[in-house]
Amino acid sequence: MFARIALLVLRKDVAIEVRSREILYTTLFFAVSCVLVFAFALVREGQVAEDVPAGILWIAIAFAGTLALGRTFERERYGETIRALLLAPAPRSAIFVGKMLGVVALLVVAEVLLVPIVALMFDAGGLFARPILFAGLLAAGTIGFSAVGTLFAAMLMRSRTRDVLLPILLYPITVPVIIAGVRGTAALLQPAPDEAMAEMWLGILVSFDIVFVTLALWTFEPLMTE
Amino acid sequence: MEIGIQDSGQPMRRIFGPIFVVTAAMFAAAPYLIANAPYESTMGLVQKIFYFHVPSWFAMFTGVFVAGIYGAIFLFRGDPKADRVASSAAEIAVLFGLMGLVTGPLWGRKSWGVWWQWDAHLTMALLVELIFIGYLIVRKYGGLGSEKLSAAVAIFGMANIPFVYLSANIWRTLHPPTSVVPTLPSAMGGPFWFCVAAFMLLFAVLFMLRLQLENQRAALDALYLEEE
Amino acid sequence: MIPDFDRVSLKGIARHYGRRRALSGITLTVHGGEIVGLLGPNGAGKSTLIGVLATLVAPSSGELRFGGLSPREAAVRGRIGLLAHELHLYGELTAHENLAFFAGLYGLDPGAAVGAALERAGLSERAHDEVASFSRGMRQRLALERALLHRPRLLLLDEPFTGLDDAAVGFVVDRLRRLAADGCIIVVATHDLDVADGLVTRVALIRGGRLVSDEPAGAGLRARYRSLVGHA
Repeated sequence: MFARIALLVLRKDVAIEVRSREILYTTLFFAVSCVLVFAFALVREGQVAEDVPAGILWIAIAFAGTLALGRTFERERYGETIRALLLAPAPRSAIFVGKMLGVVALLVVAEVLLVPIVALMFDAGGLFARPILFAGLLAAGTIGFSAVGTLFAAMLMRSRTRDVLLPILLYPITVPVIIAGVRGTAALLQPAPDEAMAEMWLGILVSFDIVFVTLALWTFEPLMTE
Repeated sequence: MEIGIQDSGQPMRRIFGPIFVVTAAMFAAAPYLIANAPYESTMGLVQKIFYFHVPSWFAMFTGVFVAGIYGAIFLFRGDPKADRVASSAAEIAVLFGLMGLVTGPLWGRKSWGVWWQWDAHLTMALLVELIFIGYLIVRKYGGLGSEKLSAAVAIFGMANIPFVYLSANIWRTLHPPTSVVPTLPSAMGGPFWFCVAAFMLLFAVLFMLRLQLENQRAALDALYLEEE
Repeated sequence: MIPDFDRVSLKGIARHYGRRRALSGITLTVHGGEIVGLLGPNGAGKSTLIGVLATLVAPSSGELRFGGLSPREAAVRGRIGLLAHELHLYGELTAHENLAFFAGLYGLDPGAAVGAALERAGLSERAHDEVASFSRGMRQRLALERALLHRPRLLLLDEPFTGLDDAAVGFVVDRLRRLAADGCIIVVATHDLDVADGLVTRVALIRGGRLVSDEPAGAGLRARYRSLVGHA
């Protein structure tokens, strides 16, 4: 029942996105713009400091993610379809999971494009040296960011100032994700990849995911009742 | 509708007087104790900041935990009293946080030679402070029903503390290690714990005043609604 | 087992935001077969009351019961249908996809339910067109059938007639009458007295968040509305 509802909501979001591609294209373009802006700020004489590619990658993901979150829920607000979703007799946490998976899917697609761009532009081929560990960092970071982001974006739908409130609330709370993602990625980018370090950061990301997904599932139901 | 503010406020009011007097007395005595505490040779006079800096973190985190726990109670029980407790505690947490963030760099300037240092404790405090400023912003600008939204911010902010601490700690560590507190020479430890107690009492005094104000406001709203 | 109820009762329902009162002391029981018109000026609290009845807005105080059931039971939501001025439809999806999605949410067999609903909405031929391309009237018909997909016992309508032409209004009115005859509990919030006049069996006037009158519908609705609410 739970999984069926979550998948139903996810499939619906994917169907809408496949048809309009609006969020995907705008998010991708925005993410690439972010990378460029940071490149102009941080590249000097064609060189970047060792850790910079990791930082740029994760900041681009976080910024693009905020944009995707806002647009995803704007779609539910327009036509007030969110009320129809909440009125279904299904467990509300299943609806949360469906929406969250939709955001994760969008970000994964964005990352598939972003990672090669960052690797090419900053000569960071080390990103592919330990593909499984790197994918793990990306996945765990994306899930943690999306869990907190989906809950906040959903609850802020009621507020007129949601556009500014979302980043204000989301960034400080997801700083551990950014630190762990950047440090873990940077560890892999060293001339001699430090796998132990990356694994430790992955561990922190996974525990962040467990705590915050649980919290979000627990608070979504009361938060969505006005 | 609960208008029983007078009743619920009564026991608080009874203990407020004594606590206020004790707090005032302790703050009056604190400068003497701090001045007479041993002079720390490497840091010099700046070391005395420690007697204000660390206790303000104690008070801030107390506020954060009260806000988080009462936020959860409000979210699940819908009791407006819990929201008043949570919002009062959050506001005072921000106040003590500011105090810590101002005194921290003063220490850092002397100790590390820079005003701001991305050390683990200071970074954690800054982020928690930002989260709870966010809490206040949500309440102010979130529109109708923002109490619930802010409750979520408090819960998530509280749950975030270990992660911020852990990640910032591994990321950077420059701070005098945490173990410095229990192993202080007793000549310093005495005044230090005295200051902690004074700050906690100050927290209690401010919190009671703030909560009282919030209760009065709720009572006024209730009367207004009845009159209309 | 799907829970069921034959009446909805509100007892002393209030909802306030700080000093702003949206609802105050609303006591009202609506039985199956009734069509209650919730009338009042803009900002009277009609939409908040619809939200409370839909369990989407928690009252600050007071009690809401669905027959013997408490609104806290999630299954109750499965017996409530809601249609507001905003239509609860995804413009990017086709009529068929919209209905199939909501059928899935309600655990219905999409095959049977969706076809019948499209038929009733008179949209079988446009089933695979995107809802964004529909006229307001078509959307409204689809939205009504979406809200009725799971055969709700309680149907809540918030300003359902805005922007509809006479034919579309006639269609909706007709559908509501038949539902009421089948024992559906219907609450319609509107400020459109002309439509309400011929449709409702009972009138609840609401002003400033309070219920100022609750009586069977009859002649002279406009006159009473004017005397109680001020203007019409």
